[in-house]
Amino acid sequence: MAKRIDVSDLNIYYGSFRAVEGVNVSIEPRSITALIGPSGCGKSTFLRTLNRMHEVIPGARVEGKVVMDGQDLYGADTDPVTVRRQIGMVFQRPNPFPTMSIYENVAAGLRLNSVKMKKSDMDDLVERSLKGANLWEEVKDRLDRPGSGLSGGQQQRLCIARAIAVEPDVLLMDEPCSALDPISTLAIEDLMTELKERFTIVIVTHNMQQAARVSEQTGFFNLNGVGQPGRLIEFNPTEKIFSNPDQKATEDYISGRFG
Amino acid sequence: MTATRTPSDQSTSKPPRRPGDRIFASTARGAGILILVILAGVTAFLLYEALPALTAPAEEIPGDEGLVSYIAPLLFGTLLSATIALVVATPLAVAIALFITHYAPRRMALWLGYVVDLLAAIPSIVYGFWGITWLAPKLVPFYRWLEENLGFIPLFAGPTSATGRTMFTVGLVLAIMILPIISAISREVFLQVPTLHKEAALALGATRWEMIKMAVIPYGKSGIIGGSMLGLGRALGETMAVAIILSVSGGITFNLISSGNPSTIAANVALEFPESTGIDVNTLIASGLALFLITLGVNMLARWIVNRRADFSGAN
Amino acid sequence: MSVQTPPTPLSGAGAATPMQQRVEGTLPRWAPTAVFAGAAVAAALLSGFNIALFVIYTVVLGTLAVYVVSRVREGRRRAADRTVTSIVTSAFGIAMVPLVALIWEVVSRGAERLDAEFFTASLYGIIGEGGGAYHALMGTLIITGLTTLISVPIGLMTAIYLVEYAQGRLKRAITFFVDVMTGIPSIVAGLFAYALFVLIFGPGIRLGIMGAVALSVLMIPVVVRSAEEVLKLVPLELREASYALGVPKWRTITKVVIPTAIAGIGTGVTLAIARVIGETAPLLITVGITNATNFDPFDGRMATLPVYAYYQLTQPGVPPEFAIDRAWTAALLLIMLVMGLNVVARLISRFFAPKTGR
Repeated sequence: MAKRIDVSDLNIYYGSFRAVEGVNVSIEPRSITALIGPSGCGKSTFLRTLNRMHEVIPGARVEGKVVMDGQDLYGADTDPVTVRRQIGMVFQRPNPFPTMSIYENVAAGLRLNSVKMKKSDMDDLVERSLKGANLWEEVKDRLDRPGSGLSGGQQQRLCIARAIAVEPDVLLMDEPCSALDPISTLAIEDLMTELKERFTIVIVTHNMQQAARVSEQTGFFNLNGVGQPGRLIEFNPTEKIFSNPDQKATEDYISGRFG
Repeated sequence: MTATRTPSDQSTSKPPRRPGDRIFASTARGAGILILVILAGVTAFLLYEALPALTAPAEEIPGDEGLVSYIAPLLFGTLLSATIALVVATPLAVAIALFITHYAPRRMALWLGYVVDLLAAIPSIVYGFWGITWLAPKLVPFYRWLEENLGFIPLFAGPTSATGRTMFTVGLVLAIMILPIISAISREVFLQVPTLHKEAALALGATRWEMIKMAVIPYGKSGIIGGSMLGLGRALGETMAVAIILSVSGGITFNLISSGNPSTIAANVALEFPESTGIDVNTLIASGLALFLITLGVNMLARWIVNRRADFSGAN
Repeated sequence: MSVQTPPTPLSGAGAATPMQQRVEGTLPRWAPTAVFAGAAVAAALLSGFNIALFVIYTVVLGTLAVYVVSRVREGRRRAADRTVTSIVTSAFGIAMVPLVALIWEVVSRGAERLDAEFFTASLYGIIGEGGGAYHALMGTLIITGLTTLISVPIGLMTAIYLVEYAQGRLKRAITFFVDVMTGIPSIVAGLFAYALFVLIFGPGIRLGIMGAVALSVLMIPVVVRSAEEVLKLVPLELREASYALGVPKWRTITKVVIPTAIAGIGTGVTLAIARVIGETAPLLITVGITNATNFDPFDGRMATLPVYAYYQLTQPGVPPEFAIDRAWTAALLLIMLVMGLNVVARLISRFFAPKTGR
């Protein structure tokens, strides 16, 4: 549970285009790491390389090293599917499976992989995961209803429940609140602070207040111009980034001078 | 797509793929390739079975004058009937597409579209039944009128067929059969005309017809052409309706309303094949090969026109 | 044949042009309809109750009259607009004539023999009256079923390949040739199946399975196209959600993508069946016809409904009327099958779509 990730000299390409270059960073376990920066700077791309989700896009590839507790995620004999089982992900827009009930959505990670499990164990797991996502009380009477019938915020928590049901070590969140209203956003933020006791969490956000509220560490991504690769400009404790950043660019971005 | 120090040794460090993934992906790929194999197979097997007829001496081919003079009138009949169908169907189909997209009330448009599509659902043999018993006799007075008033045009020279089972009737039935496909594709492109173009025309004070002339038709032109070509392909290969309706006797003639008509390739195969043996079968297959190549050419051209338009509309 | 008047924004437009200044007024909404009604009456008298002439006269007279009336009252541009409206509406009306006439003809002629015997008896030992199409109906169901068994796996897997895996040249080639394949004449598909089987079994071969192979050539591209369309509609987000749970790609496709698209796939397959179930020409030359019942598609000739209808009409024997009645009933049955499949297709897409409501 809750492992650290070390990234060294990471370059990310789409075909021949270098989208992100030279990332070196260590992500601490049992903490929330926020990634901020203007649109198109490569922070989401970087996040997706951490569980090899970027490979879904044809032509995407990386150079460099990503190591999770000594395990090379891009090693020659590492299966991306195994990596994704260890590193879960929550997406920008809630995406419950429309053909499945709430119960089946939570159980999806195991069922889709044909993991055999006793009914009572599965029930326990679903309940535990929904409780972990602060959703149990709201849905316990309608577990057999379609997951897509929930509100946006509930759907996003259902997706979190689905992600933690496979008991990953790390949870990646790609702007998980950008499609939600403020109250649902608050619920997710509260949830994140609870979840960091058990998981390493990396969150990409456009919302600087959110980064300031929830994270221990913050990384600032930026790019010099259109067509240039994105770079990790500064990585520091959140408090330092928001009060006394090392880099001029970080200060400009945080104080709203651009981006 | 994998972690590499340099892009060049990418292939050497591919991760082990799961057997399930590998099997599934290659099955899917196999199915896709099978399609290409089938199409190649159609050509190869037809060619192989047509070969005896292609090499046989002229007097062994039915009609005793060789393959070319056997197929020529059939080819003529095929092209003639398809041309009539195209000439009749295209304006009608475009008008129907305009009616559904720009004239009919919004709420009804979807249903009117379904109704026109119903014409495509009716099996071709039923069109044959209907054509020979209902349409053909009802067209006879019209043919008489054509013969009397326009008889100086070779197309309507007559003498009028008493049954109405003429090339013209066949052309009309084929026109009805290809109407839905032309109108469906025209409808699709008319709906894609940017609202901005249409509003620009209306803002200039254009009437609805002037707006259609200025904005809709120019935009949809290649769609109409492509749709007509697809319709042409369908009409060229149409079999049963022609086989049932057309009264066949005699060779090449432009006379559309008499009882002496050349057959079409497809109808001829349907009529002759069940009773044929030996070299006759090879001859029929050779004619089928000719039909296949012609429709292949027409369809490829049509797809090329339609797809080229699709590329353009992306930029719009 | 009612005629729509143009919407109001057009009537006031372009008031500054010289042409419009001469406009004396606009016609009331009912005017074109009334003019066409008058034209229809005149046409009925002129045509001597011949339907073909009646339709032609009505359209020509009606359009001309609308043009003249509008030219006098509203000016040249509005007259042209109204004329086009008349033509376009007439075109739709003309297209409805064959549809209505055809269905009427088939129903009225075919209804007579739509009795129990038609569904239970074959033509074995039948001369003249009686007999049915039991053997042909079963043959059609068997051959269409086999066709579906061949076409759906190939078509669906090809669609999956095109949407989920294929890139570059091979993808373009397959897409293009699937399009081309939709245009293969059905008789050519029949000749292909014959040419294929003749190599194995020798000349003169007729088998049910040959018909299924021929029909598959026609059905596969239809299945590919429709399945491709609906697979493309499955949001990428669902695939990503599944990948992120550590689910391999093939399980993602079989357990997430296909279930999400199943309603659309079902609709597409049903419409594809409707497309081939009425095909006559390929069966005529690959399966032939028989008067007895044969359920074995790997052994000898079989009867099928369309071929049965064809032979009953064109080779009715003596006396002809009984066979001709059977032919029309078979045609009616075919139309009912096709229309039924179309209705089923619409029902599938309505009731099996993923539930999104609360």
